[in-house]
Parts: sequence; structure tokens; C-alpha cells
Amino acid sequence: MIGLSDYLLLSAVLFSISIAGIIINRKNVITLLMCIELMLLAVNTNFIAFSHFLQDSAGQIFVFFILTVAAAEAAIGLAIIVVLFRNRATIDVDKINQLKG
Amino acid sequence: MADSVNYSIISSEIFLLIALCVIMLVDLFQRDKERKLTFMLTQGSLLTLFIMGVQDLGVQETIGFSGHWIQDQFAVVLKLAIYLTAFISLLYARPFIRERNLMRGEYYLLTLFSILGMMIMVSANSLLVVYLGLELLSLSLYALVALQRDSNDASEAAVKYFVMGGLASGFLLYGISLVYGMTGSILIDEVANYIAVSGANLMIQFGLVFIVVGISFKFGAAPFHMWLPDIYHGSPSSITAYISSVPKIAAFGMAFRVLESSFGGADIHWTPMIMIVAMLSVIVGNIVALIQTNLKRMLSYSAIAHIGYFLLGLSIGTDEAYAASMFYIIVYALMTLAGFGIIIFMSSDKNDYQQISDLRGMGRYHPWYALMFTIIMISMAGIPPLIGFWPKLEIFRLLVINDHVLAAVVAIAFSVVGLVYYLKVVKEMYFTEATDSPNVSNSRSLKIAISVNCLLLVIFGLMPDRIYYYCLSAFTSLN
Repeated sequence: MIGLSDYLLLSAVLFSISIAGIIINRKNVITLLMCIELMLLAVNTNFIAFSHFLQDSAGQIFVFFILTVAAAEAAIGLAIIVVLFRNRATIDVDKINQLKG
Repeated sequence: MADSVNYSIISSEIFLLIALCVIMLVDLFQRDKERKLTFMLTQGSLLTLFIMGVQDLGVQETIGFSGHWIQDQFAVVLKLAIYLTAFISLLYARPFIRERNLMRGEYYLLTLFSILGMMIMVSANSLLVVYLGLELLSLSLYALVALQRDSNDASEAAVKYFVMGGLASGFLLYGISLVYGMTGSILIDEVANYIAVSGANLMIQFGLVFIVVGISFKFGAAPFHMWLPDIYHGSPSSITAYISSVPKIAAFGMAFRVLESSFGGADIHWTPMIMIVAMLSVIVGNIVALIQTNLKRMLSYSAIAHIGYFLLGLSIGTDEAYAASMFYIIVYALMTLAGFGIIIFMSSDKNDYQQISDLRGMGRYHPWYALMFTIIMISMAGIPPLIGFWPKLEIFRLLVINDHVLAAVVAIAFSVVGLVYYLKVVKEMYFTEATDSPNVSNSRSLKIAISVNCLLLVIFGLMPDRIYYYCLSAFTSLN
């Protein structure tokens, strides 16, 4: 039997991987986008697990909303990356360093 | 009371949504390069919303839509402040975006969408609605920052904003999911009930840490402030003026709804965290602003410091202190708009003038505007009788009353440090030799807008009790 704590552990691991991905990743902005999606999926795992073990549907409905928003966010994120690529001809994270001071 | 579908409490949101759809359609069929009709309709709907909001003042607290939505004096006052500041920011934006190929319908539509998101945030009574309002606001702002497609800086700022915004939402959501798991509800009232009955266990405290981090990220408070100067610097100035002022008001609404309304019973757990974040922001913001030569970056570090003072009010945790924080954030929004108004005012032709040294000779060639800019700067520094002084005084007073004397002393000391960089701008305008006249706008509407905005700072400063009265009235226990 898979218990609640197993799900919570899985989601905590996914969440940590996504944070680490955002911080460590120095190559590609697309990877950042994937990490943000992973983070939201970790949250979804949490919500679904709680919703199942609490026998309460609010958590699952929350997940639907998060999925919808994540799709919109991905669309806008990709559009922004296209704008960046047109201006710079690169999407390297290391090269995004013009603004500083 | 909680399960009725009562459309009257969301009438202003419904009105804005319909107005948005109409404006979108009207804009499609416009040939006018100036987008005059879109502009008029946008400002017209903001004015209408303002009038609707004024009639709602003093409203009874009503909860509807199965407890997900709340209409109270707090929401009404914050919404009025949002309409007013958004209205001013669109006035400033017009001459600026005309020169930069940004005069497109999307500018107005995205602004209106973000206003809708902010209205949802301040009226939300469940964590789900808070999140949806926040995302509607953030997604519109990402697109707004990236609107200047041919600009290197703007696209870089947009990427940074997007990644940091996504990270902040992720933190907030993770916290919300843990709180949901423990309390079994996403309604703010039920979360508060659970905490009042069973207290905050370790899991809720763990979730609370994530929520506080998420909110601090959204505010741009230190140590989560790294993204903020880059984004303010990179975005087109008129958009910087907007994103640095109006969303902060809504973020205050969100912070209050999430932290105080849901976790008010557990405030011994989150007020120390907010206090640390606030002190760090005051210190980092004021010190780093000292070495900036770019006016936009200087203002963004000063924004971090202001957020610090404002969070100090939030960390006291009494109703009077929330009212002082609310007063602070509204005044801050008005002042920041005027501050970035300076940059818009100087850069109304094709070039961007953002260095503090670009202001040289202002005192000699344009004495009236030099006076206006001086008013903005010393109001931000918090010198009486200008408006910036009063909320600061109120927050320091409440800090001392509630036994946070050390915090008050540090905050006041760094407020003096802040004076240095604000006065540096004044010195540059009056006392540094200039070779020729600095660049200023020719647009009459911009001249009127900036003069009116600055004179408002003086007039409100002479009678601050009107705004403060409304802020106090938002907290029912004080009535």
C-alpha cells in the first residue's frame, strides 16, 4: 500500500529537483521553462495525494486550474523566448547578463 | 450566507470584463495609429469603475460564491487605489509609447487584464481565487514587459521576470498545497477556523514558510530582490512605472488575505519571518541605491527599501498597523508613479535618458519641473510636509508602541541613509554645471499630468488624514 507520506516525499523530491534545475542550469532557457513546469507538477502531486486521502474533491479541482494556468504560462514563456531569440540569436542563460549594476 | 450566487458583489469585475471584450473588438477595427478611441474607452472604463467603487464605500462585508469571494471595505478601498494609479500610469504612458512603436491596442488590453487580476486578488476569499488572480496579473505583466519586441533589454527583462515569477508562484502553490493537506480546505475562513481550533502544527508552519517566501518574491523584498532592479531597468519606462506601483497595492491585498485572514491565529510563526525580510529590504535597498548612477536602477532599489518599511508595518500584526501599511502602500504607489514619471518626462522622444547626470541643468533651464522633481524626491525620502512622511511616521510610531524599538531605530537610521541618494538627484539638478538644456517632453498632457501628480503629493501631505481615514475604515475592528 502506498501511503500519503510516499506521495509527499515524491513531490518534495520533484520540487527540489526543479529548484536545483533553475539554480544550477546555465545552458538553456527552455530548461528553465521545463523546471517551472516540473515545479507545478510537484505541487499537483501534492494536491492529488491530499485530495485522495482526505476524500475531498477541492484538491483535484485546484489541480485542473493549475494545469490550465501552466499551459497559459508555457505559451507566454515560449513567446518571450522567441522574442529573446530574435533579438540575441541565442537563448543561453549565461548570455542573459546585459542588465546589471 | 456563504453559498448564495450573488452577482452584485462581483459587479465591477463583470463590468470590467465586458468592457475589455468591447475594447478588444473596437480596437480590432481601428485604423487610427494613435489609438485614441482605445485610450478613451480604457480610461472611461477606469473612471466608471472608480465611480462604482466610490458608491460601494462603507459596504457591509458580504461573502458569496460558496465562500470563495468577499466584498468588504478593505477590497473597495484597495480597488479605488488601483483604478486611480492605473489611470495616472496610462496618462503618463501615452506620449512615451507613441514614440516607441508601442502604441498598440495590446498595451491597453494587457493593462486592463492585469487590473482585473488585481481586483480578483484583493477580493479573493479562497486560496484558489488568490492564485488565479495572481496568475492573471502576472501573465499580463510578463507580456507587457516583453511588448517592446525590438528591444534587447526588454526581452531580457521579460525572461528574468517570467522565470522569477514562475518560481514565486511555485513556492506559493507548494505552501498552499501543504496547508490544504492539513486543513482539508482551500477556503480562507475554514483555514482560519482550523488554526483557531487546533493551532498550527509543524506541517502548516512548513507550508507557511513557502507562502511567505512566495509573497516576498512577488514583492521583491530582500533577500528575494535580485530580479527586481533588472526588470525595472530593462522594461520600457512607462511599463516600469506601471509594474512598480499598481501591482504592489494588489500584492498587499493578497498578503493580507493570505497571511492575516487565514493565518492570523498563527501570527507568532510568520510575523518574525516578515520582520527579518523587512529589515533586510530596508538595509539592502538603501545601501545599494547609494551607488547607482542610473535613475531607474536607483528608484528600483529605493522601491526595495520602501517595500521593507511597508512590510515592517505588516509584521507588527495589529489592525492599526495593517491600516498604516495600507496607507504606506497607496502613498508609495503614487510617489513611485511620479518618480518614474520623471524618466518618462525626460525620454519622450526616441532616446532614453535614464542617467541621473541627464538631469543636469534642470534647475536653470526648467525651474518648474526641477521643483516638481525635488518634491518627488523629498517626498520619497519622507520629509514633512510631503505625503511620504506621514505613513513612515505612522509605521515607526506603531513599531515603538508595540515594543519593536530596535527595528524602529534601524529603520529610521536607514531612512536617513536614503536621504543621501534622493538629495543626490536634487544636487544634480541645481548645483552641477550643465553645458546645455536637458531633454524634456513637449507633450502638454504629460506636463499637466506630472504637475498634477506632484501637487497631489503636496496637497495630500498637508491633509493626510483623508486617505488614512479610509485605510482605517477598512479594518472593521477599528470602527
